Amino acid sequence: MYLYDDFDRTLVAERVADFRDQVRRRLSGELTEEEFKPLRLMNGIYLQLHAYMARISIPYGTLSSEQLRMLAHVGRRYDRGYGHFTTRQNMQFNWIKLEDLPDAMADLARAGLHGMQTSGNCVRNVTTDQWAGVAAGEVEDPRIWAELLRQHCTMHPEFTFLPRKFKIALTACNHDRAAIKVHDIGLRLHRNGAGEAGFEVIVGGGLGRTPFIGKTIKPFLPKRDLVSYVEAILRVYNQAGRRDNIYKARIKILVHDLGAEAFAKAVEAEWLPIKDGPLALDPAVVADIAARFCYPDYARLEDDPPELARLRETDRRFAAWLDNAVTNHKVPGHAIVTLSLKPEGGPPGDATSEQMEAIADLADRYSFGEIRVCHEQNLVLPHVAQRDLPALWRALDAVGVATPNVGLVSDIIACPGLDYCSLANARAIPVAQELTRRFRDLELARGLGRLHINISGCINACGHHHVGHIGILGVEKNGEEFYQITIGGRADEKAELGALIGPAVPYGQVADVVEDIVAAYVELRERPDESFVQTVKRLGVEPFKERVYATH
Amino acid sequence: MPLIKNGRPAEDRYVRVLDDAPIPDGVPVIVPAARFLADADEVLRRDAPTGVEWPNNRNVAALEPYLGRLAVIVLSFPNFKDGRGYSQARLLRERYGFVGELRAAGQILRDQFLFLVRAGFDAMEVAKPGDVEAYASALGRYSVFYQGTGDDRSPAMRRRLARVTNATPREMAR
Repeated sequence: MYLYDDFDRTLVAERVADFRDQVRRRLSGELTEEEFKPLRLMNGIYLQLHAYMARISIPYGTLSSEQLRMLAHVGRRYDRGYGHFTTRQNMQFNWIKLEDLPDAMADLARAGLHGMQTSGNCVRNVTTDQWAGVAAGEVEDPRIWAELLRQHCTMHPEFTFLPRKFKIALTACNHDRAAIKVHDIGLRLHRNGAGEAGFEVIVGGGLGRTPFIGKTIKPFLPKRDLVSYVEAILRVYNQAGRRDNIYKARIKILVHDLGAEAFAKAVEAEWLPIKDGPLALDPAVVADIAARFCYPDYARLEDDPPELARLRETDRRFAAWLDNAVTNHKVPGHAIVTLSLKPEGGPPGDATSEQMEAIADLADRYSFGEIRVCHEQNLVLPHVAQRDLPALWRALDAVGVATPNVGLVSDIIACPGLDYCSLANARAIPVAQELTRRFRDLELARGLGRLHINISGCINACGHHHVGHIGILGVEKNGEEFYQITIGGRADEKAELGALIGPAVPYGQVADVVEDIVAAYVELRERPDESFVQTVKRLGVEPFKERVYATH
Repeated sequence: MPLIKNGRPAEDRYVRVLDDAPIPDGVPVIVPAARFLADADEVLRRDAPTGVEWPNNRNVAALEPYLGRLAVIVLSFPNFKDGRGYSQARLLRERYGFVGELRAAGQILRDQFLFLVRAGFDAMEVAKPGDVEAYASALGRYSVFYQGTGDDRSPAMRRRLARVTNATPREMAR
């Protein structure tokens, strides 16, 4: 966990004071809504369909129990008793009144939380692997580098008015859980032949209207050069990125238009003059950041303690959860536990204030007070002793976050869609809710293996539909909600964009079509362990298409 | 347009010359980029200070040969959301070493004054009533900066290292 010091806290407090003054000017009429807009956006405040929405930054998805309790408090005191975890590992509140927002932000600031860098055309929350620091086989904790980038980019005077928003993701594992290939910049920390750690730099990935898989422009960047190189990329983009058309303004379009090679050259030219200047990372600066990440003092424990084996044999529900939601930890005798925020019939990623408080208490008791947010809109307790798993499971089950569907068909990513969002063309949450009902049989879901359904309520793709194994995109046709369905997308190290299976279908048919696709997969797969994406890769879209459009 | 120079209201001594108008002698002028480049040496030979107004879609490297003789560079902000001028300013100051007046003109919000100053501007043409008076408070809103940008504000990462303390991070965080 990164511990804020007086510098970090002062900045957050100054930001709250600044925001309070801006809200005062808006409420008094000194500022029009149009003038207020860029100012509120710099604090993560959007004007949505029904109310202002506040997006709270959760840097690289790491939360302390104190912070989660504060989110619970804000949800209860200023909102309607819940909050929504997003694919950017942030939290959104949907119903806070404008006049309450400064107080809500001041409360959040007491726990080191804020809305900086969560909206506007700046560098957004830097995301990473939700298992950072605890995953076996990791090169090193990527959050140290994420924090360095967070600090460097926060209120950066040169890069606060970029052509468009800018998203950076990092991973330090071979298996990519941070979707780095569909980010403006993706960074993969790895070791070169000499055993030295550095970054593969990938640029120009992205979803939205024009999806692209990112291209590698630097296979190995020494760690000392991370900030200067990112600065060079941003400077090229700030000057050359398109500003005449909002849909062509992301860096992916620039990289695509110039070609990755020419873009890399432009970055190199911008980088060489600054590479050995003040932005070259002083090891003491890195060490200082690293020193403020605190790691638990783990007990010396053995793997697979007897109490675990006993309950696994006698309780099938526990065994199912253990197999699904619990992962190996790099420290023996410990485990990483994923908390599903995808109960049957629930909106994906929502948590009530009661749930957040219960989870914060459980984190204190069983996970050294630390919680992670996944980009799949689930939570993680990263440091659980395996012997505590039975007790933890009972407690999680009691608050409804132990559904053993992590990574399965009902673990759906969805944006807020037309229920909340002013950009949406169609609903996303009710589609997800219906699908969780259709696939409520967990035995069946387990038999399907890994299957990610991602739903976006508009082309902006907040629900990452292009990289869902099954992707669902809501569109509007003659005033009605229609949905385009893609298959075969994936966001990991083998990232690929899904392929359209055919014409869009109306709202009422989406769940049926998904069921048909899943049934087709079960028939078509070579063996039970050939995953959905493998089957699509092997056979292409055609056999799925035939099956679906024969019945609809 | 009221001008703020080094944080204070200032009189604008410069005359804007349009593309086809004659350039007066003995008067400080600001000329458009194309006009300036067409005949830079001629323009600079006059016996009064010369400035150039530079659009935000043109590479500032083209100004490099003239920087020592230019008194003012005006960078334009056609829209407050268009941040190209910030990169141009940093390049002029930090890469090309321009030491003259660097002026921001166009649509600028007071909430951007601090960003402008941090990027290297020392002058700005402001439009809104009260902006001149708001300058000091706009600049004083923040005391912590995470990144160095060539101005004299020390970034937090440096200040942390400079801090003489034996406290552990955990203690500092309290």
